[in-house]
Amino acid sequence: MGGSASLIPRDLLGEYQELTFLSKQEILLAYKRFSELLPKEERENAFSARVPKSQILTLPELRANPFQHRICHVFSTSETRDDSMSFEDFLDMLSVFSDSATSDVKSHYAFRIFDFDDDGTLDRKDLEQLVNCLTGQGEESRLSSAEMEQLIQNILEESDIDRDGTINLSEFQHVVSRSPDFASSFKIVL
Amino acid sequence: MWNSQQADTEHLTRWKKWRRTSSKSLKKALSEIKGLSSYLVLWRHDIHSIEGKFGTGIQSYFSFLRFLVLLNFIIFILMFSFVILPTIISKYGIFNSTVAYISPKNIEDICTIYEPSGNKGLVYFYTYLKDLLSGTGFLEVTSLFYGYYSIDAVWISMMRYNLPLAYLLATFAYLALSFLWIIKRSVEGFKHNLVHDADPFQSYCNKVFAGWDFCITDPNAARLKYRSLQYELQTDLQEEKLKQKIAERTMKEKICIYSLRIFINIIVIAILSGCFYSIYRVTVFSQENSNNADNANSPVNLLVQYLPSIVITLANFIGPLIFSFLIRFEEYTPAFEIKLTLLRCVFLRLANIGVLLFSLWSQISSCGSDKCKPCGYNYKLYPCWESDVGQEMYKLMIFDFIVILAVALFVDFPRKLLVTHCSCKLIQWFGHKEFEISDNVLEIIYGQTICWIGTFFSPLLPAIATIKYFIIFYVKKIVLIHTRKPAARPIRASSSNFFFLVVLLIGLLLAFVPLGVSIAYIPSSKACGLFRNFSTSWEVIPDTILQFPTGLQQVFFGIASEAFAVPFFVILCIVMFYVIALARAHKRVVEQLREQLVLK
Repeated sequence: MGGSASLIPRDLLGEYQELTFLSKQEILLAYKRFSELLPKEERENAFSARVPKSQILTLPELRANPFQHRICHVFSTSETRDDSMSFEDFLDMLSVFSDSATSDVKSHYAFRIFDFDDDGTLDRKDLEQLVNCLTGQGEESRLSSAEMEQLIQNILEESDIDRDGTINLSEFQHVVSRSPDFASSFKIVL
Repeated sequence: MWNSQQADTEHLTRWKKWRRTSSKSLKKALSEIKGLSSYLVLWRHDIHSIEGKFGTGIQSYFSFLRFLVLLNFIIFILMFSFVILPTIISKYGIFNSTVAYISPKNIEDICTIYEPSGNKGLVYFYTYLKDLLSGTGFLEVTSLFYGYYSIDAVWISMMRYNLPLAYLLATFAYLALSFLWIIKRSVEGFKHNLVHDADPFQSYCNKVFAGWDFCITDPNAARLKYRSLQYELQTDLQEEKLKQKIAERTMKEKICIYSLRIFINIIVIAILSGCFYSIYRVTVFSQENSNNADNANSPVNLLVQYLPSIVITLANFIGPLIFSFLIRFEEYTPAFEIKLTLLRCVFLRLANIGVLLFSLWSQISSCGSDKCKPCGYNYKLYPCWESDVGQEMYKLMIFDFIVILAVALFVDFPRKLLVTHCSCKLIQWFGHKEFEISDNVLEIIYGQTICWIGTFFSPLLPAIATIKYFIIFYVKKIVLIHTRKPAARPIRASSSNFFFLVVLLIGLLLAFVPLGVSIAYIPSSKACGLFRNFSTSWEVIPDTILQFPTGLQQVFFGIASEAFAVPFFVILCIVMFYVIALARAHKRVVEQLREQLVLK
């Protein structure tokens, strides 16, 4: 831990503390885990390196997560759209998933993660894919189409306030603010 | 004037600058302190790994256990610093302290005879073990029990420390502290929404959008989570269909079901009464026979002493089994079935303690043939009745601890060994042990209620409770890691937290009743303890108030009088109605806004 403290310049560390919800120890731990994902030669300039998606998905915190591809896609700022992440993307992700992030920030990013077709609303297809992610990828673990219909109908009834058949960001944030489990489940701590 | 204005602006900006820099450095300092204090959090790493492997539902049980360890430790520090420490200081004469024993006035001598047999002379080693387990003998004269504290005032170099008053106030303080801490935790963890009708825990949006625990790191746990989420969603959808069916029931079917439910409730009440009656009889039997001097050292005597604890544990074990069997016939929706069974189990466990205490008191105040006239209680059998009650609580706590360890050692591990290595069909049907959270939680809340009631009679009990829960954490963790099977019904973290805290609060409120009766109603024992000179333990307080200057006295008497209590109660009711009316108004506004959005 002492070694990695000297690898992040102090002003950069302070800047990261200001810009994210993470504490100093969390940023240092994130740096350590990020540099472990890089091959040995690239560890010196970890700040400018990009880790490919396949490496990110080996992290224990992400490998068991059904939304792993969506998380990488949402937080990656790569111009080549290959979902690779830089250290700042990684910090961004940890900041949103940290304990001290506000519920607005979390619900904003949760919306983006659940929006599988990236069209800015959660429509029936998105909800169907979301439920399938939750129940597992096998054939026998999916809900039947009648059950899926009933479930999506119930979800839209509870959250779709303007009755247009889709859930936009404000409706999503409204329904999630009343959900008691959201803050404790939408959390990743290294 | 221009110069002074300029100076003013400069002064203002300097003030603003200073404020900004100081708030920044304050924030930095706070985050540093927070970072350091996170290392001090007990079991942070253990709970984090449990969360990763088993999800937040089970993790909430372990967080709850950690909360109880801290609560008991703080209660112990409270009792130690205000009661035990002054006693130790005065008994060993540190800081030039002296002790004052005030001799009791207006009390018959016969009430003050109390000779606890402190095991003088040569005794068998077995006697020490027996005393350790039942709180008699050498333990009875230690600071573990109320009887040890007999000092009336401690003089520490010119300052007078009123020990009886401190003892009583420390009792009230730990009850108030527990109450406030539990309320604070339940408000933190749960955003209660009065505005929307639907139960926020059961809403589909909560289950889908907040369904996945992002902190799961283990692929096995993820598989279990998939299955439990699938099961939960399917059950809820089926339940909705069932509700529709229930709404379509004919009149004849309704009458049939309601009469069946009434019948089953009568059976439940009969079972509860049976349990209570048997506890009462066993307690009376145990109290009568354990005072026999002839077989005081035989193992049978130990068994007789532990009989109430054994019967209570059996009742706590068999009762829930019968309840979950009976509820199937009542045809409620699955969610309501669980709630009702849980409610019945909670009531059974907590009421058992109440019945035990009630039977103890009936023994203590059993004045058959003028046995109580001199002192107000049965002084022949119970010269120091607070120590006796303390001993019963101590026995309950020790037995509870032994049972938890024994079940873990002799039931869970052999079961796992049998199921993994023996492929006999009967055993495979028996299956792995599920980590039933509600049962485990009720167990530790039962232990905590005993601790709350018993601390007044036995000031060292919170220390024992702290050590007990500390060990139970590791035992349960090991049992969980080695023998767990996924629970069919998934547990949600927030609803679990809320449920645990509500039941804990019920336990605390239940603990107020016996303590209130002991302190204010039953005469305190005249042969031992701090309240020898008062008719009841509560009397210390009016006595102390009478020593205050008259102005202050009048204030206190004013607060306790009806002239204050009735208007206070009325104002409280008005505030409550105002808040309820406000909530209703908000609800109406929200409905109107929703309609407007749809019309748009």
